[in-house]
Amino acid sequence: MPKANVTFEKLGITVSVPAGTRLIEISEKVGASITYGCREGECGTCIMRIVSGMEHMSERSVLEDKVLQENMAGRSDRLACQAQVLGGDIVVKA
Amino acid sequence: MIRMPDAVEIAPGTHWIGALDPGLREFDIILKTANGTTYNSYCVRGDNGVAIIDTVKASHAEEFFKRLEQVARYDEITTIVLNHLEPDHSGALPELMRRAPQAKLYISTKGQLMLKALVKDSTLQYNVVETGDSVELGGRTLRFFNTPFLHWPDTQCTLVEQQGILFSGDVFGCHFCDARLFNDRVGDFRFSFEYYYQHIMRPFREYVLNALTLLEPLAPKLIAPAHGPILREAPLSYMQRYRQLAAPLLHNEIGSDNKSLLVFYISSYGNTARMAQAVAEGAESIPAVRVSLYDLQAGGNLPFVDLIEEADGIAFGSPTINGDAVKPVWDLLSSLAVIKVSDKLGAAFGSYGWSGEAINMIEDRLRGLKLRVPVKGVRARLIPTDEELEQCRDLGKQLAQHLTGNIERRVISMSQLLAQEPSHA
Repeated sequence: MPKANVTFEKLGITVSVPAGTRLIEISEKVGASITYGCREGECGTCIMRIVSGMEHMSERSVLEDKVLQENMAGRSDRLACQAQVLGGDIVVKA
Repeated sequence: MIRMPDAVEIAPGTHWIGALDPGLREFDIILKTANGTTYNSYCVRGDNGVAIIDTVKASHAEEFFKRLEQVARYDEITTIVLNHLEPDHSGALPELMRRAPQAKLYISTKGQLMLKALVKDSTLQYNVVETGDSVELGGRTLRFFNTPFLHWPDTQCTLVEQQGILFSGDVFGCHFCDARLFNDRVGDFRFSFEYYYQHIMRPFREYVLNALTLLEPLAPKLIAPAHGPILREAPLSYMQRYRQLAAPLLHNEIGSDNKSLLVFYISSYGNTARMAQAVAEGAESIPAVRVSLYDLQAGGNLPFVDLIEEADGIAFGSPTINGDAVKPVWDLLSSLAVIKVSDKLGAAFGSYGWSGEAINMIEDRLRGLKLRVPVKGVRARLIPTDEELEQCRDLGKQLAQHLTGNIERRVISMSQLLAQEPSHA
């Protein structure tokens, strides 16, 4: 199965995960601070900054794009509950 | 106290047209007020236009419109500015826009979402303004200053340039109702001013400092906030007071390159206390970390909240009693809404008799407050063994390493992660 390496910059931990894993599944397990919220891509609570490797992330869905725009998120931001990692190395600010 | 039915001129052509709410005792659940509040709204008249700055709570709209009608006709209103969109300031907006449909509405960029959520009218027209943007009224220029998170994302201030009047929204405001309106005439409102800062602005103190840097050079002659007295006597002293309040209470003895870890514990038989001691010892073994140990049974929440505000990391030791952490821990953990805690480091540990749920519950709460909880907590059944005390020392050491950034970078697979206890790497 294809793998992706997700590095949590502040925590100093890299997790090797199967492609298709959502960021929130990893962030919760490593003890990053993002947990609460609707988990359905509506509330914007889990906005996460992607430091590098955005090209290895799933495309924004219409819903995710709308919520990110409403929350004035930047181009490097994603919703952890929606964004999936597809492969390669990804670094997040958490 | 005298009821004041009329609009009050605060500067030539500029009037207070707000509403008094002397009976209010509790504001937005979280604030108490011993003598009500005011919803301050203002009317600025220029040669070519009239501006209304903020409105009032919907329940007080009638009072507001009555005062507005004393100083302007609805068809004269060219401009409506909302410095902040909470319902106590935007409540009368829909009716004002119905009565003055020609008026242009000005809000901050971040006010847009709130406006849509409050005024359920997709056809509503508005203009978005940023710092430096202005609106001309003819001999009166309104200039906008974006001051986000004081105390909502949308908050902004508006200056009447020619008069040096700063309409500051909730900043420099307080819940204090006195019909004499001006700070040199009303009763002693100093405690209300401080209380308002502590409960409303304090969580955003970094933003307070940013806003002060923006607003202080304006040196306004009069500060007209959205609640409480209008500050015409020594207005700059209120800015200075905000700067004092937003700074640390005492000089911090440790340098900015050092980190502070607070270890709180509460203990029935001394077991959790021993663990706390070990956590502190472990953390102290790392240079450039100042470790402080506190027993939650003494001290009290307020000083602890002050300490936590300044700390980089906090660890909580609690026994588990009847499947829960003990009340003093929850009392402190439910008192942190008045300070910024996100991104601090958190951890939990404790001794237990049967089950030891307290540790996970505290960790969940810390994560809920957006702290990072990178190191798995330590649980010990009753009297901690030497091995468990060593685990506590290791917990303290790892926390200190995280604080100083000297963490061993680790690589782990998702399956290893899932095999561990919930929520921990």
